[in-house]
Amino acid sequence: MGERGVIETKDLVKAYGKFIAVDKLNLRVDEGEIFGFLGPNGAGKTTTILMLLGLTEPTSGTARIFGFDPTKEPLKVKRITGYLPEKVGFYEDLTATENLEYIAALNNLPRDVTSRKISELLDMVGLSEMSEKKVGTFSHGMKQRLGIADVLIKNPKVAFFDEPTAGIDPEGIDQVLTLITNMAKQKVTIVLSSHQLHQVQKICTRVGILSKGHLVAEGSVDQLGRETIGGGKFRIEVQVSEPTSKLVKSIKNIKGVTNVESSGDLLLISCDKDLRPQIARTVVDSDSLLVQMKIEEYGLDEIYMKYFREP
Amino acid sequence: MSGLFAVFWKELSDHFTHLRFAILLILVYVFAIVTIYIAAGHIRGYVTEATQFVFLTLFVVPGARVPILGEISFPTILSIFIPIIGIILGFDAINSERASGNLSRVLSQPLYRDSVINGKFLAGLVTLSILVVSIVVLVAGMGLRMIGVPPTAEEILRLFAFIFASIIYGAFWMSLAVLFSVLSKTTATSVLASVSVWIFLFLFMFTIASAIASAVVPIDQNSSLESITQWDELYRTISRISPSTLYGEATAVLLVPELGTASPLMMLIGTETAGLQPSPLPLSQSLLIIWPQLTSLIALTALCFAGSYIRFMREEIRST
Repeated sequence: MGERGVIETKDLVKAYGKFIAVDKLNLRVDEGEIFGFLGPNGAGKTTTILMLLGLTEPTSGTARIFGFDPTKEPLKVKRITGYLPEKVGFYEDLTATENLEYIAALNNLPRDVTSRKISELLDMVGLSEMSEKKVGTFSHGMKQRLGIADVLIKNPKVAFFDEPTAGIDPEGIDQVLTLITNMAKQKVTIVLSSHQLHQVQKICTRVGILSKGHLVAEGSVDQLGRETIGGGKFRIEVQVSEPTSKLVKSIKNIKGVTNVESSGDLLLISCDKDLRPQIARTVVDSDSLLVQMKIEEYGLDEIYMKYFREP
Repeated sequence: MSGLFAVFWKELSDHFTHLRFAILLILVYVFAIVTIYIAAGHIRGYVTEATQFVFLTLFVVPGARVPILGEISFPTILSIFIPIIGIILGFDAINSERASGNLSRVLSQPLYRDSVINGKFLAGLVTLSILVVSIVVLVAGMGLRMIGVPPTAEEILRLFAFIFASIIYGAFWMSLAVLFSVLSKTTATSVLASVSVWIFLFLFMFTIASAIASAVVPIDQNSSLESITQWDELYRTISRISPSTLYGEATAVLLVPELGTASPLMMLIGTETAGLQPSPLPLSQSLLIIWPQLTSLIALTALCFAGSYIRFMREEIRST
C-alpha cells in the first residue's frame, strides 16, 4: 500500500433503488495528479464526485479524502475540497466580486484577506474588468472561469471539475485547461470528469474509464493504449532504404523484440519495451539506411472507442 | 455558526434589494395609511364618553371601502397582506437555488446544511418583523397626529402584542411557502401552491365551516339559544383550521379590550339577552383568551418549518 493516497475509495457503491449508479469502485489518486474521469453520460462520474464531496451518501463502501470520511466528517472534507459543478450557477443579481465574497464568507475567510484575494483571482482568470458587473450578463465561458476562481478562493488541496469544458468555445477551453494545469503545479490534486477526450489527453497525468458504474480501465494514456490496443507491446515503425531479410533477422535477434513484419520499405516491430536505440544501431550497422523511425502513440479516442464500441 | 450568519446577511440584503419586495411594501403602506386616514375621519361616531381606549379604537374603526369585502379596518388589511408578504419571502427559498445551480456549489462549502435553510428562514423572519413594526409604528404615529389622543401604557402593550401576533401569522405563511419551495422543483409551482392554500383558507374556509355547521345543527330565526350556541361553536371550531381565523380572533381580542370571548356572536348574545355592559378586560385576561390561538399559530409555523427542514436535510444532491 505504502503512502496514503489523497483520494481513496474502497468498494464504493451507490444505488438509486434498483439502478446501480456506481458499482464497487476502487480508486486511488495521489497528490498533485490530474486524474481524468472518463465515460459516457450516465456512467456514474458525477455521482462518484458527489460521494467524494459528501453531498451524496454512498450505499456501501468507503471513500476517503486525505483520510477523512466525507459522510461522517463533511466539514473537514469540504474545507479542503473545491468543486465546480457541471451546471455551475451564480447569483445573477450579484456582481462577480459579490458572488466570490459570499463564498469567502461561507468559508469564514477574514475580510481583509478576501478582497485582496478576490482581485488576484479575478485577474488570474481574466475577469478583472468584469469584477463589478452582474453575473447575469456573463457568457458561459466567463461563468466557467469565475467558477475556477470560486474553487480557488478557499485554497483547496483537492479540486473536482465536472465537465469544465462543456459548451464553451475553443479559446475558452484553452483558458480553462491552462488554469487547471497551473493549479496542479501548485500541488493541488485535481479530478476532472469529461468526455472531451482530446483535452483530457492533453492535461491529465492519469485517466480512469468508467462504464455503467465500473472502472474498466485505469492508467496513463500511453499505458492504456499499449494494454488495450497494442496487446501490451510497444510498436515501432521503421522506414529503411532497402529492407533485406538479413536486416529483419538481426532485428528479430534483439532481445525483447517479439515480432517483425515488413511491408515495402516499412518494418513494423513489436517489442516489450522501447527499443528504438538498439533498433537504430542494428539498422545503421547493416547496409540499409535509416529513413525514419517512430513509436506508435495511442490516442485516447481509440482506447475509449475500444471500450464503448457497440458489440 | 459563521455559515449561518453568512447566509442570513446575504438573504436579508437580497430581500431588501428585490424590486418585487419594494413594490409590495409601497402597496401595503399606501393601503394602511389610507385606512387609518379614513378611520381617523369618522372615529367620532365610535367613541363615547365611556370609551377608555380611544387610541386602540382608531385601529379597529372601519376605514377604506373595498368592493366585495366592504369597509375594512387596519387588522383586515394586515390579514390580507401579511400572507402575501410571507409567501413572497419564502416561495423561492430553496428551489430557485436548486434551479440556478447555486445549491450544489454552496453546499460544497464548509457549512452545515441546515445553516442554509435556517439562515434563510431567519432572514425572512427579520424582514417580516421590520416590515410589520414599521407599518404599525407609521400608522400609530399618523393616528396620533390626527386624533391628538396619546396612547396609554396599556394600549402600547396591546399594540406590541398585536405586532407579535402579526409576525407569527406572517411566519406561518412564510414557512408554508418554504415548505412548498423544498417540495417542488420550480418556483412557479411553489408560488401557485402557496397562493392556492391561501385563497382556500382565507376565502372558502368560512363558507365550508358555515355549511357544515348548518348541516349538523340546523338553525333559523326561531332556534333556541342553545342550538345557536352549538352552531357557533361548531362553526368556529371548523373555521379555526384557517390561520386567518386564528389571527382574526387574536387581533380582535387584543385591539378591543371589551371582547371577553373570541366569538363576536356570543358577545352580542351576551349583551342583548343579559343586558351586560361589557367592561374592558386587563391585558393579561385578553392574552389568556387568545392563548390557544397564538399557540396554534406558532405550532402550525413550527410544523411547516420542521417539514421543510427534514425534507431539505434528507434531500439527495443528484447529478442531472
